[in-house]
Amino acid sequence: MTFTTDPLTNPPTDSLSTADQIDLYRQMVRARQFEKRCYDLFLQNLVKGTTHLYIGQEAIATGVSAAMSEGDYTFVTYRGHAHLLVRGTPMGPILAEMLGRSNGLMSGKGGSMHLIDASRGVLGSYAIIGAQLVIANGAAWAAQYKETGQVTVCFFGDGATNIGAFHEAMNFAVIWNLPIVFVCENNQYMEYTPIRSVTAVDRPAADRAGAYGLDPVVVDGNDVEAVYGTAAAAVHKARTGGGPTLIEALTYRHGGHSRADPGKYRPDEELQAWLAKDPIPNYRSALIGRGVAERDLDLIDAQTRHEVDEATEMAKSGGLPADELLWTNLWSDGSSGWRT
Amino acid sequence: MALVTYREAVARGIAQEMRRDESVVFLGEDVAAAGGVFKTTVGLLDEFGPKRVRDTPISEQAILGATMGAAMAGLRPIAEIMFSDFYAVCWDLVANEMSKSRYMADGQVSFPLVIKSGNGAGLRFGAQHSQDISNWAMAIPGLKVVCPSNPVDMIGLMAAAVRDNDPVLIFEAKGMYAEKAEVPNGEIVDSLGKAKIIREGDDCTIAALGMMVPRAMRAAEILSSRGIEATVVDVRSLVPLDVTTLMAAYSRTGRLFTVEENPRLCGWGAELVSIIVEEGFEYLDGPPVRITTPHLPLPAADNLEDLALPSVERIVSTITEGMKY
Repeated sequence: MTFTTDPLTNPPTDSLSTADQIDLYRQMVRARQFEKRCYDLFLQNLVKGTTHLYIGQEAIATGVSAAMSEGDYTFVTYRGHAHLLVRGTPMGPILAEMLGRSNGLMSGKGGSMHLIDASRGVLGSYAIIGAQLVIANGAAWAAQYKETGQVTVCFFGDGATNIGAFHEAMNFAVIWNLPIVFVCENNQYMEYTPIRSVTAVDRPAADRAGAYGLDPVVVDGNDVEAVYGTAAAAVHKARTGGGPTLIEALTYRHGGHSRADPGKYRPDEELQAWLAKDPIPNYRSALIGRGVAERDLDLIDAQTRHEVDEATEMAKSGGLPADELLWTNLWSDGSSGWRT
Repeated sequence: MALVTYREAVARGIAQEMRRDESVVFLGEDVAAAGGVFKTTVGLLDEFGPKRVRDTPISEQAILGATMGAAMAGLRPIAEIMFSDFYAVCWDLVANEMSKSRYMADGQVSFPLVIKSGNGAGLRFGAQHSQDISNWAMAIPGLKVVCPSNPVDMIGLMAAAVRDNDPVLIFEAKGMYAEKAEVPNGEIVDSLGKAKIIREGDDCTIAALGMMVPRAMRAAEILSSRGIEATVVDVRSLVPLDVTTLMAAYSRTGRLFTVEENPRLCGWGAELVSIIVEEGFEYLDGPPVRITTPHLPLPAADNLEDLALPSVERIVSTITEGMKY
């Protein structure tokens, strides 16, 4: 597979210190282990509803987040647990939210698909395909209007490139020169269907970029440093008044679309080829090749297991949300009444 | 005091709030340079400049998405959806996103935004540009819904909507844009969720909304000449619904007639009737009667559109008949 990343917008990443590199590894491992625990808890019928796991795609959220600053805004899809983790949301409240507990991030009222952590600029996980693209423009507009220097990053899947909101959002962001970075996580499947079988072009995001006056940017979404470099350039461009960038990051979902989907429709050869490109073991090998001690990485793995165990205990220890919560926070004054 | 049209009142209300608060911004199709296709926003670009008053492409999802995101990030945007019928192409943002996100987040975010639209019939635009869709909005938890019936209310309710921290949808009766009224000078600020008793009478209560309010008043005058004295309530706000005022008027008269521009099924009057029957059954002197547009798309021809909408004559005859019970 060849990547057409423009070297001008994809600077070398040798600026990453060893500590930075180890942190990229740590964040990917945290995302991976967290998602595996979600799956386990699902099998135990503790996580309710549905859940969409990020296993295989961790390099994208990790690399992009590393290029962002505190105060920047993040918008993401329902496959967004990891995107909160990398922005600093602790595991416990996210897991508790999925268990529908009172100590959940949103007191149990949101659930897996609607995670939000405004205190860390994550202005939402959106469960209706495409919605977050147009909404993210608004946050970018507010930052532009108030001249705060904040950048907005909006993640979405390949399937979203075929919905109208994608096209409205791209045009709008360009004509208003908004400080925003759109990141298409092309995991090759829109739910159960190969994206190429339902899309007029090979690269669902990048091949459309030209229609909005944007450069096509494609990056190996399983290479965390490549993602970081591409995102860093795009974030810098947005922060300095250069307007939006549309990045297409190529990746693969190791599991099915959601918990109901075993993903059997995928050819075994294809699956094996992508599993060989798993971003985490590959990055681990690269770091060891650069002289990082294996035991340091083992320690991260062990620390993360401990973190996930603690988060699980914290989540399970939470009580059910109080009945009164049914009636709170529809309106900004905390109430929910419809009559006076 | 000065004579102000309903259309001018829209711009006046917006300008009043933009002068007061720098975080108020305005966006929509043809709203800036052109002053709005209904000329409801003339002068805003000149006074507040292109940073605060912005033309958009024909992209209703992009408009409402930007509105919602900006509200979440500290602005107080006002958006125009030119014809309320066009909500149908951006309803996800309204019905799924801005109305639910605060609740789902258990209060982490709020959405201080206003969406204004030309709504309803009277201009012979046909079925896709003449609907009253205020009852669609009423059906979604998390939206406040306002329908001003005169220029003073338009200014005051616009101000209240802009100052409110929740999503407020303002439906402008586009058949009334040319209507004039005396408007006091100076700032006008009203309250959301307040109906207004605009005529007192002991025999029945007529509840009306938006463009139906002046028709209800003219009908009440005719009924008066025939010996039926009606209390007329301008409902003004569908959410919150001022049940206190409406129930007080109804319980005093024992009879309720609603005058609704929306098509028959699930109009706001159906909700009101169910409330007064459930909570005020003992006051009933006769069956509550709803006077609505039939459950049909609106035709374009003068006579057919007029036939579809509740007319003064239909209001008078329906109430006259209803009072015989």
